[in-house]
Amino acid sequence: MSIRPADFIEARRRRAAKPKGARDKRLEAAEAVRLVRDGDVIAIGGCCFSRTPMLLLRELLRQGRTGLTLVRNLMATEPEPFLVAGAVHTLITSWMGPGLPWGLSRVLRHYVESGQVRFEEWSHLGLGLRFRAGAMGVPFLPTLTMLGSDLMGVGGAKTMACPFTGETVALVPALFPDVALLHVHRADPLGNCQIDGYVHMDPDIAAAATTVLVTAEELISEEDTRRHPERTVIPGLLVDAVVEAPFGAYPGECYGLYETDFGFYDAYAARLAAKGLDGVREFMDEYIYGPATHAEYLARFDPAVLARQQQYARELVGGEPL
Amino acid sequence: MSYTDSELLCVMAARQLRDDQTVFAGVGLPLLAVALAQKTHAPHLTMVVEGGVIGAEVVPGRLPISTNEMRLAHRALMLPPITDIFLLAQRGLIDVGFIGGAQIDQYGNINTSVIGPYERPKVRLPGSGGANDIASLCSEVTIVTLHERRRFVPRVDFITSPGGLSGPGARQAAGLHFGRVARVITHLGLFGFDPASGRLRLDALHPGRTVEMVREQTGFEVLLAPEIGTTAPPTETELAILRRLDAERRFL
Repeated sequence: MSIRPADFIEARRRRAAKPKGARDKRLEAAEAVRLVRDGDVIAIGGCCFSRTPMLLLRELLRQGRTGLTLVRNLMATEPEPFLVAGAVHTLITSWMGPGLPWGLSRVLRHYVESGQVRFEEWSHLGLGLRFRAGAMGVPFLPTLTMLGSDLMGVGGAKTMACPFTGETVALVPALFPDVALLHVHRADPLGNCQIDGYVHMDPDIAAAATTVLVTAEELISEEDTRRHPERTVIPGLLVDAVVEAPFGAYPGECYGLYETDFGFYDAYAARLAAKGLDGVREFMDEYIYGPATHAEYLARFDPAVLARQQQYARELVGGEPL
Repeated sequence: MSYTDSELLCVMAARQLRDDQTVFAGVGLPLLAVALAQKTHAPHLTMVVEGGVIGAEVVPGRLPISTNEMRLAHRALMLPPITDIFLLAQRGLIDVGFIGGAQIDQYGNINTSVIGPYERPKVRLPGSGGANDIASLCSEVTIVTLHERRRFVPRVDFITSPGGLSGPGARQAAGLHFGRVARVITHLGLFGFDPASGRLRLDALHPGRTVEMVREQTGFEVLLAPEIGTTAPPTETELAILRRLDAERRFL
């Protein structure tokens, strides 16, 4: 059973009961994903096209998990294969779309409008504070957002009179995901994680979840971590599994390393427009169920395009005017 | 000088911004409007973006399509966690927010969630994202949108982002003490809200637009300001800057 929203007592009990030893947590993606159970509430790190843990998401589908709830602050297309596979009954998010140039998600529309999947909508900050409350181990946080809107009525937010000022505040219940899936720049075997650029909500998500699975562009040594402890943004004591995954967020972006392959998303959108849900099934056969390993997956992309996306990323960071 | 409706919207939105302000911008037209303002009359304007960017610099030809990508981090001042960027707005640091919407009602409430009932919608839209937070927490919000009858409805199906809610006093009663939807910029004109009723009021028309056009494209009665002004058309300089920023014409 997943932890009910705001149930900080059960959430703490589960966290405290887990082994926290500073041990080698390196696993293969398939082994790591075996820690996920049917029915789990799964928080996805990154945001929209940025640092999406694509390898772990593909592996979840390959292992056929069902009855899942996916949670993410902004969703792009990554939930679509889960919807088409029938693996998900609820999405918890503030927004889902294929990206500004591509309009509405036809897949989302199909499953939500037909009542097959529930869409639990929060404001972006509202969901962020739910993760933060979870990370803090408290049952809820007060906020001034969402007040007066219809979002108050759809996800379980409440209002109360502030006990100090008497003013009305909104309360959002802590969210304690069963599992967090994260993709980071570097991690050591103990699970200490470094992220360049945007951290998005990842540190809060890791601390709120009961189980944390991490893919990293690069595995570093414990010694590397100790040389720069200021770079660790997620402590290894929160992490259950570390998987090496260069280009692990591709075709999305990983800050400073590769830019989103917008051409890929153009092609995906065109396939959907032409073939509807069958277009997504085709995509899943080619990119999710077909390749047996991450290396085989990457081999489906033109090396020249990968190199170009790396070049674009290098140009954008570092502060040199373009 | 000819220009598209999108270019007109950008120029009019940019002109609303004042120097030294902080502005919460979404991707697309709002981002272009802020960049234009920075390059014309408001060089000290700071742009904040919900993906976690303070002081984004827009690169011509590399316009972002999401609020949290590397293209927005180029030469930024800080990349805070997403929750913290919104908390800056809650703390009162963000003067102006720009939002759009699938439906807008006469009180400036916005719907980007569902057409039809929430549980079994006729159309499931993308959702709030940060729009609700911007409308709730920035000191002032400007709605920027094309003016179409299907958008301007008497009551939105779902209040994703609060405008004036049900009219004067309603925001305060709900606990929203600070912000307000101050104006609506469409490709037909500039609108404010009548202080007595809280309802949408036409303040100025763009060149060549008429009150009739506004009435035709609005699904409720629009109040008229005692004197309806006319906006100055986009200048060559403004258009040249915009077209350089979005040379691919992704958004213009």
